[in-house]
Amino acid sequence: MNNNAGQAIRLKKEILVRIIKAFLSEDFKEQTRLIPYDMRPKGMEVPYRCCIYKERAIIKDRTIAGLGFAIEEDNETTLLSTYAQKALERTEISNKNLTVLQAACKGCNTNRIYVTDLCQGCVARPCESSCKFGAISIVNGRSVIDDSKCKKCQMCVNACPYNAIVKITVPCEEACPVGAIKKDETGFASIDHEKCINCGRCTAACPFGAVHEKSQIIDILKEIKSDKKVIAMIAPSIAGQFPGNIYQLKTAIMKAGFDDVYEVAQGADITANNEAKEFIERMEGDQKFMTTSCCAGYNQLIEKHLPQIKPFVSDTKTPLFYTAEIVKQEHPDAVTVFVSPCVAKRAEGFDNPNVDYVMNYEELGALFVAKKIQIMDCEETKYTKEASKQARNFGYTGGVAESVKASLKDEDKIKPCIISGLTKESIKQLKQYATNGECANGCNLVEVMCCEGGCIGGNATINSVRTAKKQIDNFTANSENIPKIE
Amino acid sequence: MDKISVKVCVGTTCFVMGGASLQELNDIIPKKYGDKVEIAASNCLGLCSINWEYSKAPYVKVNEEVVANATTEKVLEEIDRQLGI
Repeated sequence: MNNNAGQAIRLKKEILVRIIKAFLSEDFKEQTRLIPYDMRPKGMEVPYRCCIYKERAIIKDRTIAGLGFAIEEDNETTLLSTYAQKALERTEISNKNLTVLQAACKGCNTNRIYVTDLCQGCVARPCESSCKFGAISIVNGRSVIDDSKCKKCQMCVNACPYNAIVKITVPCEEACPVGAIKKDETGFASIDHEKCINCGRCTAACPFGAVHEKSQIIDILKEIKSDKKVIAMIAPSIAGQFPGNIYQLKTAIMKAGFDDVYEVAQGADITANNEAKEFIERMEGDQKFMTTSCCAGYNQLIEKHLPQIKPFVSDTKTPLFYTAEIVKQEHPDAVTVFVSPCVAKRAEGFDNPNVDYVMNYEELGALFVAKKIQIMDCEETKYTKEASKQARNFGYTGGVAESVKASLKDEDKIKPCIISGLTKESIKQLKQYATNGECANGCNLVEVMCCEGGCIGGNATINSVRTAKKQIDNFTANSENIPKIE
Repeated sequence: MDKISVKVCVGTTCFVMGGASLQELNDIIPKKYGDKVEIAASNCLGLCSINWEYSKAPYVKVNEEVVANATTEKVLEEIDRQLGI
């Protein structure tokens, strides 16, 4: 969760609540059409934009994403009621999981180095002498940057004793570790889905909340409303996201219409044990390190941008993979919904035939709010299979490495190193490991988590990383240890 | 002077709409105020249903004073105000 984008995130959640309420109402289409007017009624003070009409236009676009459609494809003349109808008729979901609301995109100033009015035109001119590219000259007693020569190295920014030179950033471009989101020829952000690894950083980084996940909530509600059996599979990180414990949460999810709930931590136990076995095999072979493979964002990074690390990546499947396999074996007729902290898992779910839909924590929260379900008032319902403490800690940084370690009889065999957050820098580091065939400091197990703090830092989480970790630790303190492998 | 009572709403709406991270008050308040202030989680205070729906959640009550759109900073500010510091 990004606190800076607080109001924008809240707006998205409120829209989700209203979409769900509309679905549950007598007239889904009309209630959906009214969302922008209900949220910005006639005469209301305009909170963010230039006028109430733009506020409503932007809420309309956000609603389109909430209904599961790409805002880029909207022709502006289609009514929300028509989108609601199309959502009801839709039978397939798309694999392009993020959509940019260009009307909300500010079209931020281009990424560049800029000399502000604070420039004193000093005699020393450290900016000029610090620039290795000859991009700075002094014109009329003021420092001026030639953008065609500037490499954005920021030497001048650091050199100026008046802090007069600044780096202007485009937050989404800055946040994206793989250069997949950029201002296009119109000056507004757009996503290159070929490059995008669905890490969700842009959604959290944009201060205007212009990047949206395309929700599958209507598709899920449709399945619940039909006679089919719908089963929720909750990611381990969820234990830090809602009030109460995961047993009360199970009851709450079932009250919301699901027929059963499985802990994905159950699959995490299998992942950890399998990775531990694989680790021993690989280390007995000629490899010097292995990386984990449970993070969907990391897996897409490998696929799209970092194939050279593939030989070092564990072949073990993700906790979701094993859990979904078990659920489909036990209930072949069921529709499965993975409850996820992030957008990356939407892509994994799309590629896995055992996962029918993905719903993020914000959407589950919105469903509880819309249905007025008080988790704290719910009784506890047990799970058929209880997961281990280590598996339940999978969702925070260090948790996966710890669970692999705890699976071994000789825990000292593992020297973990942790990548908490895929950034341009940490990707460089991984590339280095792949090229060298080994990592720094004799470490032999690299845990890679796409989000800072691990899954509890996912783009669709509703708690802060710190309080979420504390909540999970309190809960797992009494869980059983993971079984050791032979 | 009576203890100041802080009630953090952990109803679903408050928690989902931003109240989750208010749990950090459980650590901050005893450290900062010792036994002058008492903090407890509270089941739904019922405030989300009377005021413009969810748009002002999360709520925290500091004695009888309601802090809407509550953040850690706003709650601490209200406690300071009531303590006269």
